[in-house]
Amino acid sequence: MSNSSSGNVGIVIVSHSSKIAEGAADMVRQMVGNAVPLAWTGGDTDGGLGTNIAGILEAIEAAWSSAGVAILVDLGGAETNSEMAVEMLAEDRRARVVVCNAPVVEGAVIAATESSGGSSLAAVKRSAEEFYA
Amino acid sequence: MHDVNASRASNAFVPLMASAVLVNAVGLHARPSVKLTQCAKRFVAKIELALASDGPWTDAKSPVKVMRVKAPQGATLHFRVTGPDGTAALAAVLALVHDGFGEA
Repeated sequence: MSNSSSGNVGIVIVSHSSKIAEGAADMVRQMVGNAVPLAWTGGDTDGGLGTNIAGILEAIEAAWSSAGVAILVDLGGAETNSEMAVEMLAEDRRARVVVCNAPVVEGAVIAATESSGGSSLAAVKRSAEEFYA
Repeated sequence: MHDVNASRASNAFVPLMASAVLVNAVGLHARPSVKLTQCAKRFVAKIELALASDGPWTDAKSPVKVMRVKAPQGATLHFRVTGPDGTAALAAVLALVHDGFGEA
């Protein structure tokens, strides 16, 4: 799922469960609106619980914005696979993608809220991470 | 982000104060908090809210902080706005509260 728009920071949701990822994306769309590029991915390549790098790369591509992309993850592999996906990006894009240290659902809504106001990638990350501050 | 520049810019401005009662059924829960912060971010002015006229004040541009206020229906929201576009900012946030954030 994706949508192209504006120069606002893109949001990518990565969960072990595609249902959680899709549900979190639904919450972002309903609460924040359509002013933010948004994509989600969840599950392994066999459709089970897990994450996969190819899916994460696709989601980053779908939510791409010149302002950058903030990734929200749930547990363990979602984070390491997201970091590996970022490593695989072209060098000029790599610096514009961050993995946020924030809860996946709340962090996605807050990151998107911050992004919808035109904030920078750093501000979007900082705002999402306020949950653990 | 807005902190340094806003506070520097706001030194020359007298804070504007006003209050409004939360009319929407669920109070300042997640969705209204998002709408309020989105509205507040459109302005340069420093915008703060509190449940009492003497604070403690919360940055209305921070969705996390606004949600933590957990203001219920019937609560009076006090706003303190400081900055060049303060009048318009105050009118905008008050209108949002009066309108119940577009909810029932």
